[in-house]
Amino acid sequence: MSLAATASGGLDDRAVLGRLCCLALGAVLAVVSLASLTFGASGVDLWSVGGAILRGEEGSQRDRIVLLDIRLPRLLMGVLVGAALAVSGAVMQGLFRNPLADPGLVGVSAGAVLGAVTAIVVGSALPVWVIGWTGIYAVPVAAFLGGWASTILLYRVSTRRGRTSVATMLLAGIALGALTGAVSGLMIYAADDGELRELTFWGLGSLAGASWAKLAAAAPAILLALAATPLLARGLDALALGEAAAMHLGQPVQRIKNAAILSVAAATGAAVAVSGGIGFVGIVVPHLLRLMIGPSHRWLLPNAALLGAVFLVGADILSRSVIPPAELPIGIVTAVVGGPVFLWILLRSHGVVDL
Amino acid sequence: MIAARGLRARLGRTEALRGVDLRARAGAVTALVGPNGSGKTTLLRRLSGELDGLGVVTLDGAAIAGMRPWELASRRAVLPQATRLAFPFTVIEVVRLGLAAGTEAARGGIAEAALARVGLSGFESRLFQELSGGEAQRVHFARVLAQVWSPVLDGHARWLLLDEPVAALDIAHQLEVIGIARDYAAAGGGVIAVMHDLNLTAMMADQVVLMAEGRVALAGPPGTVIADRPLSAAYGCAVRTGETPPGPFVLPHSCGCG
Repeated sequence: MSLAATASGGLDDRAVLGRLCCLALGAVLAVVSLASLTFGASGVDLWSVGGAILRGEEGSQRDRIVLLDIRLPRLLMGVLVGAALAVSGAVMQGLFRNPLADPGLVGVSAGAVLGAVTAIVVGSALPVWVIGWTGIYAVPVAAFLGGWASTILLYRVSTRRGRTSVATMLLAGIALGALTGAVSGLMIYAADDGELRELTFWGLGSLAGASWAKLAAAAPAILLALAATPLLARGLDALALGEAAAMHLGQPVQRIKNAAILSVAAATGAAVAVSGGIGFVGIVVPHLLRLMIGPSHRWLLPNAALLGAVFLVGADILSRSVIPPAELPIGIVTAVVGGPVFLWILLRSHGVVDL
Repeated sequence: MIAARGLRARLGRTEALRGVDLRARAGAVTALVGPNGSGKTTLLRRLSGELDGLGVVTLDGAAIAGMRPWELASRRAVLPQATRLAFPFTVIEVVRLGLAAGTEAARGGIAEAALARVGLSGFESRLFQELSGGEAQRVHFARVLAQVWSPVLDGHARWLLLDEPVAALDIAHQLEVIGIARDYAAAGGGVIAVMHDLNLTAMMADQVVLMAEGRVALAGPPGTVIADRPLSAAYGCAVRTGETPPGPFVLPHSCGCG
């Protein structure tokens, strides 16, 4: 990327770029959202049905349900989950000072998936009276708890006398991910056919199960985590120089690390709980943005939320349109789109990206 | 005034500091010298508040252990021996990281002035990761300067704590950094610098603290500390010092070790 070589031009240019990028992504998100509401297997037209609803006309009951109870919650979930995954990735990378760090990498997602898989397999073996009161929340809550538990475990392992070692955390995360992955594999091995279909959903990720109830379960945790991240921007910038230097610069390092870990656990746990293990968003989105607007977290974090939402809603449209009326798991789409883009970025920018 | 009493510190199983007392006054440059592993860097980390341990460090009479990170950061800036930077920040972005704590940050233009002070005007939009080692070290020095830009603020002297600030630099830039440190002290600020080169130390320092095996072997003006006997004893090899108009110089002439 070429920057104007005028004195003090670098940062100013990038700050302007960051602001422009926010506006542009906001506009793109609006367009993609409309497309997501318009497109669908049922052939319901957004403009006529939406117009009828806005004018207060009765219209077709089926059309209303398709638009308001299927497409709208699905769109909102795509926006929330995409933003949560991308921002979690950016925060984790800032914390670990490594562009490859990702909740998927340090075992947070794997822990959440294990929670979900356990709930599906063990849950179906339990008597009905136990399952009865947990209802449809059993799987999301278990995924959420799995994400939390693995984050806390990871944190305990890598924190000594109030200081978190990033290197230990990264290595422990890889070990934890392998372990939870193995237990998930064991669960899947023990599963019957009906459970296997549901487990595939968790492994690959999908927005197909979107509903207002799931949205209500996930939204508070994700919105709270997203609202907290702007407070972390300065601290994460300072952490790029290392923990000692961040402390020298006046940052309350341990508190920043705690807040970052908590918000990542909340956002990732909630996202995995409602949509399964959707990969690549947390790595590709922040990486792409750093190349475009620079690594300063003040603009990276809001842009990551927007681009993450655009990416996931776009991938969802693709996943619904490849083999209609069936749909691909969205995790396959994000991997197929994200993998080559990621490789292309790496090939194109070697020498600039410090891995 | 930065004062330390009874400082002890352990790094793993090694006792890096074994009871260090120190007084460094603002308006002067204090140099910490001594052989490798004598505890210079550990002492600087204790003085900056980065490392905990037994003993008390005070800044103008107040214990730094009770100060908030931002409060400490507005009074002193620290240049470590080496800093690794993650992510492709530009030079001016790195220098501006130093402004985070500064109460004068609102005044604007400080980052640019600090960069000019270390002779790197025109490097603003260069990517930090594409700089040479010496240039990178000077950018960090500019960042540290920007953090405590005015040597005195609200009646309090501010401090530069520098760990081998000239180690990666060529002689011209070594002299430039020494000039900046001397100017900072002359304007009322305080400077404590870990130094390796004894000749540059003689040129730079008003007070020299000679460390050996985690203790202060000798402290005083360069003329007293940079002398044949204390240096030979601390470094374990014979040296001969001489005098040129600005101060003493050192020639290591025969290694009597082993």
